[in-house]
Amino acid sequence: MKRPVRLNTPLGDEVLALKAGDHVELSGTVYTARDEAHLRMMKDGIPFDPKGAAVYHCGPVIEGSRVIAAGPTTSARMNRLSGFLIDAGIRALIGKGGMDKTVRDQLKGRGVYLAFTGGAAALAASHMTLKGVLFEDLGMAEAVWIIDLDRLPLVVGIDAHGGDIFENARAKAQKEYERYRKGLA
Amino acid sequence: MKKGTALSLYDRIAAATEAAAREAVIFLPPDVKRALGIAAARETNPVARGEFENILKNIAVAEESGVPLCQDTGVPVVYLTIPPDLPLTPALYDAVAEGIRKATGSIPLRPNVVDPLSRHNTGDNTGEGMPAIHVKPGDRLTVTVLPKGAGAENVSRITMMLPSRREEVEKFVVETMLLAEGKPCPPVVLGVGIGGTFDSCAALAKEALLLPIDEMTEYEQRLCDAVNRLGIGPMGMGGDTTALAVKVKTAACHTASLPVAVNVQCWANRHATVEVKRT
Repeated sequence: MKRPVRLNTPLGDEVLALKAGDHVELSGTVYTARDEAHLRMMKDGIPFDPKGAAVYHCGPVIEGSRVIAAGPTTSARMNRLSGFLIDAGIRALIGKGGMDKTVRDQLKGRGVYLAFTGGAAALAASHMTLKGVLFEDLGMAEAVWIIDLDRLPLVVGIDAHGGDIFENARAKAQKEYERYRKGLA
Repeated sequence: MKKGTALSLYDRIAAATEAAAREAVIFLPPDVKRALGIAAARETNPVARGEFENILKNIAVAEESGVPLCQDTGVPVVYLTIPPDLPLTPALYDAVAEGIRKATGSIPLRPNVVDPLSRHNTGDNTGEGMPAIHVKPGDRLTVTVLPKGAGAENVSRITMMLPSRREEVEKFVVETMLLAEGKPCPPVVLGVGIGGTFDSCAALAKEALLLPIDEMTEYEQRLCDAVNRLGIGPMGMGGDTTALAVKVKTAACHTASLPVAVNVQCWANRHATVEVKRT
């Protein structure tokens, strides 16, 4: 495996050089956001500086001032809710399962989608320090948690040039399935 | 049975349920860890290798720090075996629910259980018909907890096939994974129920997830190979392993029926069994 690219927030044009499938290690600040936080931000504005920021699709388990478990949630639920963030200067969306063509196009020339391993919540928490919370009234899973990352291991799922490893895997699976069906006939 | 004894048995069942829930969400069964280790060693796709590395590290971190593997600690599916001399009473069901309530606070578990229509969260992972409790006779009193996450449960499927097209069971299994893509957090374990009735077939598919996954029959291996040829890979990003295992359970069925159910499980095929000491 190639050595992972080290990234720090705030992110800049260095993300444009990344290619789908590259491994990266992200350090610095991320903001968690799921469905409800996106809706609130669309209505009331983004409560942090979006320039070069990273948004993590995650509903963590928090106990006191500690992140207990913080794996990614399914990013596809945010397919229709992410354009305004990218327009505002956000450079990285982080989650699991990939996103659709709309987001892939919105990211072109501007930012990347980074995938973290689904279910690896204990590992994620071991790279995290809790810094604060916004929209706390939305409840633990939906609030925006401000988290400091120390080299979280991620993979570039969608790059800034339309490269998308989820789409590649989907196309291959479809092709293999057609071949399989023909074999049965 | 004297009242005092009944009470303490109630407490012991609750404690066993809590202990099984704790073990299940923090420690993966040895057969699942073995299967993940073997798949990780065989994987050739560099992205998939990275995913396996994170999965194996995550298992170690959860064990060392005693925290749940995944923030989706699921809904509680519970299997009980009851010895012949123990009456099956409502108190027994209450004791299991009590154990789940305690586990929700003590581990902690994420409160996931809601009313299906109002979506009101009960806050303690119990509710009407939840935990889902399945009872069978046995030699010993045991409690098995299988916490089931939503990502994988949501892509599970059931069908009533034509008995004359039974060769299409394999196709249904492969198709289920094609439609699921990365959503169930692959590499998955597929529990397949074949036969029985509409309801018992789905139950068989879930029970199949409790079988050891590091051994497969020839038929199970064939299904597993067919799924893996899709190349969906860990988290849907491509790779050699899409399914760690396919496990099949069968039951006799109507001559005009062929029910087939596929219960999809994420790589964290969590379950644990604790025996309740009678004395």
